[in-house]
Amino acid sequence: MAMADPDKPQEKATFARGPWQRLYNWLDVRTGIGSLLHEALDEPIPGGARWAYVFGSVLLFLFISQTITGICLALYYVPSADSAHTTVAYIVKQVTGGSFLRSVHACGSSAVVIVLLLHLTQTYLYGAYKGRRELLWISGCVLFALMLAMAFTGYLLPWDQKAYFATTVGTNMAADVPLIGSWLKRFMRGGNEMGTLTLSRFFVAHVFVLPAILIAFIATHVYLFRKAGAAGPPSEDPVRPRLPPQRFYPRQVVMDTIVALLMILVLALLSHISPTELGPKANPADTQYVPRPEWYYLPIFQWLKYWQGRYAVIGIVVVPALTAVLLVCVPFIDRRLERRPWRRPIAVGVFLFILVCFVVMGLMSIRDDRRDPSIAMQVAKQREETERFMGEPFEPAPAISSLAAANVALADPLAAAGKKIYEDQSCSACHGENGIGTNAGPKLTGAAAQKSPEELSNVLRHPTAKMTAGEMPPVDVSDEDLKALVAYIKSLK
Amino acid sequence: MNSSSTSNDGDFSPAADQSTLKPESLTRRSFLGVLLGFGTVVVGAALSVPLIRFALHPLLTKTTEIGWADVGNIGEFASLTAPVKKFIRVEQLDAWRKIVSEKPIYVLPMKNGLPRILSPICPHLGCSVPWNEAKQEFLCPCHGAVFAEDGARLSGPAPRAMDELESKVENAMVKVRYQYFRQLIPTKEVLS
Repeated sequence: MAMADPDKPQEKATFARGPWQRLYNWLDVRTGIGSLLHEALDEPIPGGARWAYVFGSVLLFLFISQTITGICLALYYVPSADSAHTTVAYIVKQVTGGSFLRSVHACGSSAVVIVLLLHLTQTYLYGAYKGRRELLWISGCVLFALMLAMAFTGYLLPWDQKAYFATTVGTNMAADVPLIGSWLKRFMRGGNEMGTLTLSRFFVAHVFVLPAILIAFIATHVYLFRKAGAAGPPSEDPVRPRLPPQRFYPRQVVMDTIVALLMILVLALLSHISPTELGPKANPADTQYVPRPEWYYLPIFQWLKYWQGRYAVIGIVVVPALTAVLLVCVPFIDRRLERRPWRRPIAVGVFLFILVCFVVMGLMSIRDDRRDPSIAMQVAKQREETERFMGEPFEPAPAISSLAAANVALADPLAAAGKKIYEDQSCSACHGENGIGTNAGPKLTGAAAQKSPEELSNVLRHPTAKMTAGEMPPVDVSDEDLKALVAYIKSLK
Repeated sequence: MNSSSTSNDGDFSPAADQSTLKPESLTRRSFLGVLLGFGTVVVGAALSVPLIRFALHPLLTKTTEIGWADVGNIGEFASLTAPVKKFIRVEQLDAWRKIVSEKPIYVLPMKNGLPRILSPICPHLGCSVPWNEAKQEFLCPCHGAVFAEDGARLSGPAPRAMDELESKVENAMVKVRYQYFRQLIPTKEVLS
């Protein structure tokens, strides 16, 4: 195909006999890579490449970056209330480059939200949803929601104070949804309270469910975009472009790449200079903690403060739902083909109004916290606690199985005496430490410990034929010691 | 799919057909292609360095190890005349997990001001060997291996002497590194 491409006579002449061209031809015949590249790179852009068009590609790039860093983090992360915080602390404090990588992932989520808003704003102001692009717009709205859901579910995973309490508030809000509210809250939490099941659910959503749906919608979004074609500048006709087109490659590709590189640079610098911090482990008993969501949820957080009591449902459910519906329906409401923003005062006005409301509300939330001395003090205290935790060296978590068995025995003095006999008699040589069993002898935990004390005393004094065959000698101790030994074995359950 | 005039719904085609696109100068196109490809490879390689270091962390640093365990104050063992059994808390690190277990060891009378420490595990088949006060010998209950007061092999099926554990004194505290050794061979070989 490449050979037959009339557009590239010079390339053909220069490369035709080169080894690269031969390799390319070989691949092209077998894969059709030529037409794929043509399809991907020669997309016509009416009016030519512009910096305003980079956001979609940058989002795709950020998604790939989040996927790769996310997979890396999963190498060391364990999603359970017992281990989550320890493993994240291990990543941050022990693993080579762990703090950096976690920061790139965490800051990356903020970057996604910022670039999403820029992408949305650009598309909206340019009227790029017009001209049979309704489905393209709707799939973009779905992607927006999915990304916010990714941010929400990922926030809980470190299981530190901040994550725990912010998610407690977030899931509490679900309870205000009419009819299914309390069910929805329990569904999200995996029960009435926040716990290890909540973490499992959020992990599965963040790592399996949402990414799968995201990928499907990204593919749909890109396909629909290519199907409709680039809309071009606002002066362009959205259905029948008139401006002279320019190919996607090379100008737009170079622009997209430059912004993506800048993005990496900013993320890497930010992660290097001020890495995302991990707070102390979640303590559900802490009643003082003042939870604050991530910055992009602050406007909603502030908004909800005004809706308490009977009318909460309006603020928490009705208004956000109406806003979302309005956003999704934009291409159906604003149907004229006019795209220039100054000719669409209502559409642009409403959009800017909502945008300004968001910014103002976010700023008000910050101002409120600074003005309230008790909150300012508590927030400062929380900062300090986080700093202190970050300053401490990594503390490995004791494996649950290791000391538990030993400690059980020590609770009962008779069993404790039995443990000493167990070791003095070298029972542990074959039956293992704390009766966990070895190659030489069976474990005593479980089944053996279920037997009655009389039965146990009896087989210890007079081993069965099977036991003797396994070289179990009769236990030769005083009756009192035997009682202690039996008590110890019973404690092994 | 979007650019050609053969698109299915006829009226939905850009005014400009592919062939009327003004292509960039071809040498510029291929030069940029090489530049982009080269740049992608360089940046990609630079970006993958922290990822690879992150993923290979367990290979580049030790994540599993047994540290030194406290046995007791050196004063406790100054006047020993016979081996004495002690339990030590062994902490083993498995990435973020700390596995704590109690292990028996024998502290031998001091020699040159330093205590020696034996593992009670029989080098024959791994039974735990107790000190026999009456006979002043280590007697293995399983297959009758006999060891002297200093752990030297006297008789029985054991292929070598009892294994000595690495020990040191730090701030008057005797410390030991608990290890397991391969059984049934005449030389002492650490099991990792």
